[in-house]
Amino acid sequence: MAPRWTNDLTWADVTPKAAFMNRRQMIAGATALGVTGGPARAGLNAVESRYSTDADPNSFADLTSYNNFYEFGTGKGDPAEYAGQLTTDPWAVKIDGMVERPGSYGLEDILKGVTLEERIYRLRCVEAWSAVVPWVGFELRRLLDRVGVQPSAKYVAFETLLRPEEMPGQKYPVLDWPYREGLRLDEAMHPLTILATGLYDEPMPNQNGAPIRLVVPWKYGFKSIKSIVRITLTDSQPPTAWNMANPREYGFYSNVNPEVDHPRWSQATERRIGGGLFSARIPTQMFNGYGDQVAALYSGMDLAKFF
Amino acid sequence: MNIARPVNDALRRVPPWAIYIVAPVPAIWYFWLGLTGGLGAEPIKALEHALGLFALKLLVAVLAITPLRRFAGINLVRFRRAVGVVAFFYVALHLSAWLFLDIRDPARIWADILKRPYITVGMAGFVLLLPLALTSNDWSVRRMGPGWRRLHRLTYPAVLLGGVHYLMLVKGWQMAPLVYLAAILALLGLRWRWRRRRAMA
Repeated sequence: MAPRWTNDLTWADVTPKAAFMNRRQMIAGATALGVTGGPARAGLNAVESRYSTDADPNSFADLTSYNNFYEFGTGKGDPAEYAGQLTTDPWAVKIDGMVERPGSYGLEDILKGVTLEERIYRLRCVEAWSAVVPWVGFELRRLLDRVGVQPSAKYVAFETLLRPEEMPGQKYPVLDWPYREGLRLDEAMHPLTILATGLYDEPMPNQNGAPIRLVVPWKYGFKSIKSIVRITLTDSQPPTAWNMANPREYGFYSNVNPEVDHPRWSQATERRIGGGLFSARIPTQMFNGYGDQVAALYSGMDLAKFF
Repeated sequence: MNIARPVNDALRRVPPWAIYIVAPVPAIWYFWLGLTGGLGAEPIKALEHALGLFALKLLVAVLAITPLRRFAGINLVRFRRAVGVVAFFYVALHLSAWLFLDIRDPARIWADILKRPYITVGMAGFVLLLPLALTSNDWSVRRMGPGWRRLHRLTYPAVLLGGVHYLMLVKGWQMAPLVYLAAILALLGLRWRWRRRRAMA
């Protein structure tokens, strides 16, 4: 007679749902990055930063499926759908204007000798939604120091790639392409201001602004320009895309400010994405909660006037 | 018109109340998607926008019924009142999503209605639709006589306000709201032309 089969497994041995869901999410992430089939890409091994928030980051799936990147369309899902066709290698950034060592810098060159940090930042969109994002990047000032900012420079201008054949949204005049952004030099040199090249310790997904983008966490998201191909140091305030499109609604500074409303909607509250159908709005914080670090940059300025 | 005849014959067999049976299906579907993650990372805005856009489509459809009969011979006039009522139902759901899922705070709701032009315009459109919905029953049609038709011309400004509301809320120059507004203006332009022609005749 065959012995009755028994085992000593209990419910405690079952893989926890959270663990297998995470694996699924990683597989989904790998698919989004186009790395399935090839050798698994190593993480970026970014080091932790004291500037990170301890808030829980949004999921990789949420952060890569809900994006504003009008170069690929105005729908939130358009970047995830269309950004896959963007060629990000090779990539070079032209650095010019009032710098000691102007030139075209390849991405590998820019990253040479740079320590990548994980910066978990709050992101507040001008449309009154928000997220918590684990960026990987390095401080912009490291690059600016390397190229040598001339004493007469007062502003930094940025430009996104213009390539309508890979960026279908650029075929429509939603904005005056290419997308342009700018910072005052002291804002650009602030340690919170980073150039990000990764998300969740993986290379930046195309829909999030691959391969290199700006992140300025105390300003509305549109200031954090994506897929940068040009950085120019100037002595006058550079034109910026949304400000050119509608100067009444989008100022050059665009600091997160719950007391200065967008003309069409209130900025007092925001909704954190990923909270489901019944999630409540939360109060928006001055400078998106980074006031301790950045408020001094604007002392004496009327923030309702310089919005 | 040779295609109009079989279409009209087939439509004659469809009772107008069938519209009310299928009307809630998209709303239930959107809500289900919102509950189960099918509307993405920000389902509240997605639901709000889906309901609003569906309402606008129905309102445009209401305006298209008479031109469709005139130019293509397809007669959907029997269904017009039901489509209009369903459109109102979706406008009300769109408004409810904004009130009860999105903003929730009564003080802010009132402030937004007064202060935000696109919300003021949207609310004005809703207010214009209210008497139309209330008088959409047979009893009102009989009782009001020719006044009913006059009252229900409020549909024209209401739909226009809906199209403007949509255009005002997007960022930058986007295609879809411009297309809707152009369609609405074209359909209203036809009425204006017919009226002038009648006046001259």
